Amino acid sequence: MNARRSPLDVVLIDGGGSNIASVQAAFARRGVNAELSRDHERIGRASHVVLPGVGAAAPAMQRLRALGLDRLIPTLTQPLLGVCLGMQLLFTSSEESNTACLGLIPGRVQRLLEADCGRVPHIGWNQLQALTDAPLLAGLEAAAYAYFVHSYVAPVGPATVATCDYGGAFSAVVSWRNFHGVQFHPERSAAVGARILANFLELA
Amino acid sequence: MLTRRIIPCLDVRDGKVVKGVRFRDHVVIGEILDLALRYRDQGADELVFYDISASPQGRPADAQWVERVARQIDIPFCVAGGIRSVADARRILFAGADKISINTPAISNPQLINDLAEAFGVQCVVVGIDSQRVAGSWQVHQFTGDPDRCHSVPLSTLDWVQEVVQRGAGEIVLNCMSFDGVRNGYDIEQLRAVRALCPVPLIASGGAGTVQHFLDVFTQADVDGALAASVFHQGSIPIAELKVFLQQHGVPIRP
Repeated sequence: MNARRSPLDVVLIDGGGSNIASVQAAFARRGVNAELSRDHERIGRASHVVLPGVGAAAPAMQRLRALGLDRLIPTLTQPLLGVCLGMQLLFTSSEESNTACLGLIPGRVQRLLEADCGRVPHIGWNQLQALTDAPLLAGLEAAAYAYFVHSYVAPVGPATVATCDYGGAFSAVVSWRNFHGVQFHPERSAAVGARILANFLELA
Repeated sequence: MLTRRIIPCLDVRDGKVVKGVRFRDHVVIGEILDLALRYRDQGADELVFYDISASPQGRPADAQWVERVARQIDIPFCVAGGIRSVADARRILFAGADKISINTPAISNPQLINDLAEAFGVQCVVVGIDSQRVAGSWQVHQFTGDPDRCHSVPLSTLDWVQEVVQRGAGEIVLNCMSFDGVRNGYDIEQLRAVRALCPVPLIASGGAGTVQHFLDVFTQADVDGALAASVFHQGSIPIAELKVFLQQHGVPIRP
């Protein structure tokens, strides 16, 4: 696995999420051709892997399992970025239909509660609070705004490098070994999102 | 803190952005991508594209321009118009739209809301409601893109809001028809009534004429976003100035 990596070779895991085209376009705006693939060998030799995802956890995990990607992803050693649901799938499990996820980051994804937040889903621009000087956050202003659309959140834990507050703090950005994730949509977060994608591509 | 959203709405007909008053007398005001990029640069938080010719012509919005917009735009956008099946919605979402909005088809086939929420998650599913007072109560209207077919349906707006949320609407855009295009302010009374029983984000539409109107709708009706068209298209309210004004008055806004 990962025997030969070209300098910058981004692959988007084709797990069927509806934001794949948008994530691909965000890389294209940076002049980076991100190839869509479900092929294990192709994904394995990428320099950077992105796991996009919009929708529900259970069908997303089913698709990954059907393609054997649930077994491949944990073996990857290059930087991987989960986006939105793609980030949640990195955790142990999700309360959404009680789904077992990829188990790379300890924690259980939970539903936002109307009682805490007022309104669910959490839709709109909200602020990132950095907890560490993570490379993924390099160059961002304090309390930068990113665009969120989601009803489930990952708890704050050892992998959390930035939080967001919506009826309580949750993981907005996580980094755990080579596995990274953002709960918001960098492809729809204007300059802040572009910077985070650029930072991701700088990771080695 | 979650900010309130400023949302320019672009009515699209035959691939161009148009504007009418009270849904009538449309004139072409520009190219889709030019306007989308301009509003992005001015600080719009989100865009709504409403294909006004789609529904009356019995077809979904055109995925081709959706794809062009998705490639260029780095803020979220929603597409409305003529989406009447899960397959229609999938084409628009996979072309790169972040959300789809349904209106008349939700009234004809409420199960569509459940099906869309099941297929894509509630966060993708916006229900647009065209509403105005009829004989003392707010009533839902149908086929509002076509003046010849537009009519009220026997459906109370307040009942309909609760039903669509129960079925899986992740956001509601309430267009207050008699206030639309006349720039006398949003329909605070109706928006407040809907807000009181709406647990998902609520977007106000129809009536913006001054920056004060935006402040009023955020502070008095507690809406999550304010949508407007003509004041932005004609440049009478520059988005950047609007955002400074709102921020100065304590409304949480993305700078």
